[in-house]
Amino acid sequence: MIARDGPELQGAELHDRLARTWSRKPGLIGWLSTVDHKEVGRRYAVTAFIFFALAGVLALIMRTQLATPESGLISADRYNQIFTMHGSTMMFLFAVPVMDAIAIYLIPLMVGARTIAFPRLHAFSYYMYLGGGLMLWIAFALNIGPDIGWFAYTPLSGPEYDPGKRADMWAQMITFTEVAALALSASIIGTIFKLRAPGMRLDRMPLFAWAMLVVSFMVIFAMPAIALASAFLISDRLVGTQFFNPAEGGDPILWQHMFWFFGHPEVYIIFLPATGFVSQITETFSGRSIFGYPFMVLALVATGLLAFGLWVHHMFATGLPRLGYAFYTAASMTVAIPSGIQIFCWIATMWSGRPRFAVPMLYVVGFIITFVIGGLSGVMVASVPLDLQMHDTYFVVAHFHYVLIGGAVFPLLGVVTYWFPKITGRMMSERLGRWGFGLLFAAFNLTFMPMHWTGLMGMPRRVYTYPAGMGWDVLNLVSTIGAFGIAVAVILFLVNVFTSYWKGEPAGPNPWGGTSLEWATTSPPPPYNFAHVPVVESRTPLWDVDGGPLPVMTGLQVDERETLMTTLIDAEPDVLEASAEPSIWPLVAAIVTAILFVGSVFTPWAIVWGSIPVAIALIAWFWPKKALEPGEEPVSA
Amino acid sequence: MSAPHRFVRDVSALPTHAFGNRSLTWWGVILFMLMEGAGFALAGGAYFILKSHQGDWPPSPILPPDLLAGTLFTLVMLASEIPNTIVKKKAEAEEIAPVRLLLPIIAAIGGLLLVIRAFEFGSLNVLWTDNPYGSIVWALLVLHTTHIVTDWVDTLVLTALMFTRHGPTGKRFVDVSENSLYWRFVWLTWLPIYLLIYWVPRW
Repeated sequence: MIARDGPELQGAELHDRLARTWSRKPGLIGWLSTVDHKEVGRRYAVTAFIFFALAGVLALIMRTQLATPESGLISADRYNQIFTMHGSTMMFLFAVPVMDAIAIYLIPLMVGARTIAFPRLHAFSYYMYLGGGLMLWIAFALNIGPDIGWFAYTPLSGPEYDPGKRADMWAQMITFTEVAALALSASIIGTIFKLRAPGMRLDRMPLFAWAMLVVSFMVIFAMPAIALASAFLISDRLVGTQFFNPAEGGDPILWQHMFWFFGHPEVYIIFLPATGFVSQITETFSGRSIFGYPFMVLALVATGLLAFGLWVHHMFATGLPRLGYAFYTAASMTVAIPSGIQIFCWIATMWSGRPRFAVPMLYVVGFIITFVIGGLSGVMVASVPLDLQMHDTYFVVAHFHYVLIGGAVFPLLGVVTYWFPKITGRMMSERLGRWGFGLLFAAFNLTFMPMHWTGLMGMPRRVYTYPAGMGWDVLNLVSTIGAFGIAVAVILFLVNVFTSYWKGEPAGPNPWGGTSLEWATTSPPPPYNFAHVPVVESRTPLWDVDGGPLPVMTGLQVDERETLMTTLIDAEPDVLEASAEPSIWPLVAAIVTAILFVGSVFTPWAIVWGSIPVAIALIAWFWPKKALEPGEEPVSA
Repeated sequence: MSAPHRFVRDVSALPTHAFGNRSLTWWGVILFMLMEGAGFALAGGAYFILKSHQGDWPPSPILPPDLLAGTLFTLVMLASEIPNTIVKKKAEAEEIAPVRLLLPIIAAIGGLLLVIRAFEFGSLNVLWTDNPYGSIVWALLVLHTTHIVTDWVDTLVLTALMFTRHGPTGKRFVDVSENSLYWRFVWLTWLPIYLLIYWVPRW
């Protein structure tokens, strides 16, 4: 007799049995074998924040160097490595992974699922990401850190101008993180499409889930561009292909096309999850459902599509046909429309609700102000004549830090404060949080606002020093002071995280009065997420029941890992599918894949011989381990 | 625990496997196809960007690739869709005997295709180091060969699995069905690549 949850099996006994089924084994091997999306998500987030701190330290070193003219603190060569490491780490090892980290922790909870789709794949993704980050930073410590800028333009990054292995380390780090991001996007789409709670039709999904759905599809179409480009670059450098070599008829501009076909969507891959955060926070703290939900969804989808039609605006200075200039200027300005729609919808939500300005909401307000400034300077550089003046100056540095820190880091810190109680069971300190936000907002503007002027006065980016008397001295000094202010604010945030983790007020399941399903389970959630499958009847499920009993469906196996799959659009219950058990093989597969990737920096034969252990590890990963696995019910003889 | 519950439905009678878009495996395969398809499309774009910089394609005095091996490959690959369609249907009807008969045949065809592919590399008439034309033609062929090898290994493992006690089960029939779906993608992507490698240089 198969035990299933239901009116006869609930409460403490159900909890014990489900916890036994869904927990991993204790010990180191158990820890490394986990496929629990909450554990993997936490590790992803912690790792991403460590890379954020490391790249932040590099920023401080750069700002110290630039505080005064003709400073001799660091050499030009070291400076080149530092700004490349800063940009590459922030983009590839922090911004994208941290958004994914939060998504894999939260999305299964938000859609009311027991687990994530493809649990082993997402564990593999984490190890690949970690491997890529370690490789890049170990290389940097050994003085083979890349020195070609985070977009690694050819021919500078080609074999003629960058002998040695520095550019290869950059290109191969891309391969690691791209595999990791693609694997996660499949897990997230699978979860959103097939594991949603019954009744959570597509038009009732939380907006963060919508944002991650759009972002995951963007990853699928954008990442192959950078994967292919970095493969071409490595093969130019290793086996003598001629893709980017103008001497043999190759095309260095091909690199820019392929890079920015990925690189521009990348900005939205970072920004759209943040808009999802903002929507969740705004809804909860305004006490009403998001104003203009269909327009918000359409804006997300429109941004996702338009993001693929803008990449050439990064290349205005390469010289383009007139029609190209006009088209990409128009497209770049068009993308401001869906962003504007979202901003007006958030403001309307606050306006017509009863906003409570707790710390997460403060970050939302900070985000709106900062992002609008960054968006406006973006509309400026979308215009070709202005762009030609400002290209590669500090104006651009100011612009993209407004967009990325304002557009992504502010909402991120807000959402960490917002979901911290769910993840740890404790509240963060409101007082420290307010101080942290205030300091960050002020210091951020102190750092980057002056850069608009430094840029307009002609200071190019990526110079390791500058002569006195250009009129840039004071502005640079102010930026440096601001940068250290940001560091203090970040430290304050971390102090808040650590003290709250140990001593924060106990949170309970729903401390903020949120309405999405993650607030229906305990804080922190049990390994199986929900005792019974929650049922959704509107966009605001927890506000509907208003503290009363939550409607649930029952009948899932209790002693096997079983999940309920629902239909794509209407989320009708459809199939019960087995979910993968914990396994060490994703880690083994990641290690042998890492050996292949790192080896292929040095010899092409690493790909040939390295693929054998990779194949073995993947086969071991998929081969059934039990006499009969769940889902393997015999169907015929 | 958390809030009390109101039980609205028992779902224990639902099936434990399903084919097509009701299965998570199907979605995994479809998403993988999208990623690879995007990669091939972009490689095709790179091909035409590189071509736009060359007066002659291939640059003289290089000759276009010889047609025999590539065309033979294409024909065998198209023919492989016959057993592929049958095994997909049989898997969805959950009949183990024909699946056990056809999978080894399909795996053998995969092996044969890899042998022909080796001759294709020999008939390109250009090395990857010669010029961008050589680089992109080799890149396209290497990419697609990776594709074939991956699916071939997958088919071999699945074939072995179907002869174990894990074979005649719902989950494995779903796997066979999705493996066939993926094979369709492998040969569908080959058709434009075949045109790029063998016919565009002849226009």
